[in-house]
Amino acid sequence: MKLFHVEGGVHPEYRKERTQEHAIVSLPMPRILCLPLKQHAGAPAELVVSSGKRVKKGDLLAKAPSGVSAPIHAPTSGTVVDIREMASPHPSGIAQPTIMLRPDRKDEWSSDLPPAIEDPFTADPAVIGERVEWAGIVGLGGAAFPSAIKFGLRSKKPDILVLNGAECEPYLTCDDRIMQERAGEVIDGARIMAHALGVSRIIIAIETNKPAAIAAMTGAAMAHSEVTVAPIPVQYPMGSEKHLTKAVTGRETPAGKLTADVGVVVHNVGTARAVREAVRFGRPLISRVITLSGAGLTRGMNIEVPLGTMVVDLIEFCGGFKDGKAPHRLVSGGPMMGQPLPSLEVPVVKGTCGILALTKEEINEQPTGPCIRCGSCVSVCPCGLVPLEMAGFIRHDKLEEAEKAGVRDCVSCGSCSYICPSHIPLVQYFNYAKGRLNTDDRDRRKQDRLKLLVEARMARMEKQRKAKAEAAAAAAAAKKAAAAKPTPAPTEEPKASA
Amino acid sequence: MLLAVGSLAAIGVTLGSVLGVAARYFAVESDPLEKDLLDLLPGSQCGQCGYVGCGPAAEALANGTAPVTLCVPGGKAVAEKLAKRLGVAADLSGHEDAEPRFAVIDESKCIGCLRCANECTTDAIIGAPKQIHSVIRDDCHGCMKCFHTCPTMAVSMQKVNVNLNDWHWQKPKLKTKRIKH
Repeated sequence: MKLFHVEGGVHPEYRKERTQEHAIVSLPMPRILCLPLKQHAGAPAELVVSSGKRVKKGDLLAKAPSGVSAPIHAPTSGTVVDIREMASPHPSGIAQPTIMLRPDRKDEWSSDLPPAIEDPFTADPAVIGERVEWAGIVGLGGAAFPSAIKFGLRSKKPDILVLNGAECEPYLTCDDRIMQERAGEVIDGARIMAHALGVSRIIIAIETNKPAAIAAMTGAAMAHSEVTVAPIPVQYPMGSEKHLTKAVTGRETPAGKLTADVGVVVHNVGTARAVREAVRFGRPLISRVITLSGAGLTRGMNIEVPLGTMVVDLIEFCGGFKDGKAPHRLVSGGPMMGQPLPSLEVPVVKGTCGILALTKEEINEQPTGPCIRCGSCVSVCPCGLVPLEMAGFIRHDKLEEAEKAGVRDCVSCGSCSYICPSHIPLVQYFNYAKGRLNTDDRDRRKQDRLKLLVEARMARMEKQRKAKAEAAAAAAAAKKAAAAKPTPAPTEEPKASA
Repeated sequence: MLLAVGSLAAIGVTLGSVLGVAARYFAVESDPLEKDLLDLLPGSQCGQCGYVGCGPAAEALANGTAPVTLCVPGGKAVAEKLAKRLGVAADLSGHEDAEPRFAVIDESKCIGCLRCANECTTDAIIGAPKQIHSVIRDDCHGCMKCFHTCPTMAVSMQKVNVNLNDWHWQKPKLKTKRIKH
């Protein structure tokens, strides 16, 4: 298959050998599961259970409000013991309402799950989309964007479905293992997705550092002529949606647009598997495969965990921290784009693809030096931006200029920070700038709305004043007229009574 | 009689047209600077700057009688824009943005007097006479007018907590390498 060149990128040490050979194991049901209401991009889900309620596996715990959101289901049977504010698995550690579910160890499936869709390939695409929405499936690659919305991209008439098995982040091997062990399920899921999207071609893109996954997927794809497995070069950030699209189709996504605008829909391999579960068995998304790795852990593993499992339980399952020492940094996701975790007392959510315990030696933290204008960041930027210039603007709080220089097109891959010989926190500047610009946009929208409210109030006040003045004038005129007319007898004023 | 009426009418018409022409040609245009400044201000007429509304504040800014940092809800961002438009250098390093706040009415103290609702410039307070009032949080811009006017001190100002959707990374603080010369 013809591949296309993708500009920029870096080649970090992949360090996947720690877990690449470890088959996926299932975690024994933990003592407690903590399910935050916001595990996905968009609005938090809305509670439908209360404390003390007994639930079965797959029961709805929180429903999705309209707009971008996803519902949350019970990962096992048990009792909702509490609903309380708890730290999110997010660098800020902001507390959010969390459902505490104590498993009863029976693991009984709910009786009111929707029926399996027997033959998904003759089913109405809308039915499949609804099922995915019901199942609360989000992109399992890490961004956790509700997948049902991507099924709505059918209206843009895409012609290619790209299944993202690049897994370009170092350390992570969960997608690799899924493809090796569940190749048939992934391909079945992908074909269901393709049917729902009205797409006739499926490309499964896998980086060449996963030969076992490529072999397994090629074998499973044999029977289906529409599925092609594309081994792609090892190059970070190949797993970025837009860059992957460019690599396998040659189509470049314009700034501020979606890959669907160039006819391509991209889904993660884990998502394909979850879609299959929802469609073929009527099961919601209640567990996921994650990688536990890093030199700070006694042993690395690929584990299928129920959502809501506490990170501390997972670390314990992996034999604890190496030599009992807390790692230098605890990261959720990969080392390039992952986010630090605020503590061990946070749960695994839908978007968690890995937990890394990194030691000081693995991180290479160095003090920042001055920019020497070497241009390394410019040559590695996969988005064709000029990181050194943007960082300069942001350092001096010139966010408008940074925006003009394209900071909003930055995908935060971190290649620039990785390559910078002066260890300038470039991507950190861009993350700040993007967040700040979004906040400013939101504030501006609020301010505009308030302005409208103020204007509406002033107009109303003016109208009231006028009406009052007119009424007074009319009353005065009536009085005058009454005074001019000779009155035979003074009429009694009727008194208002209760 | 006719002569008197005619001459008075003629004088009236002449003077009137002179005045009309003068009004057109010698008109004092409103200061364009003032309009620009008004556009930069939030326009919510909250009065926290000490002026009645954004209009008088813009006028004071144009006259140079008010500092560019006057707008409390606008914060640093608005101050920077005002300074840029006025062409003045403003030292904003020590300027701390006021934390956004919103009003909350304590229902056990509210007597339903409507004074706060009448003061509110954005109609963010709903209520009727002798009914407990309530603040629509999304519409409240924290101007504190209701806070000052409430006779029973039922209004309190609360901090707007950052949620997961609003949170963003802070600007990186540099640990710079010391270079020896």
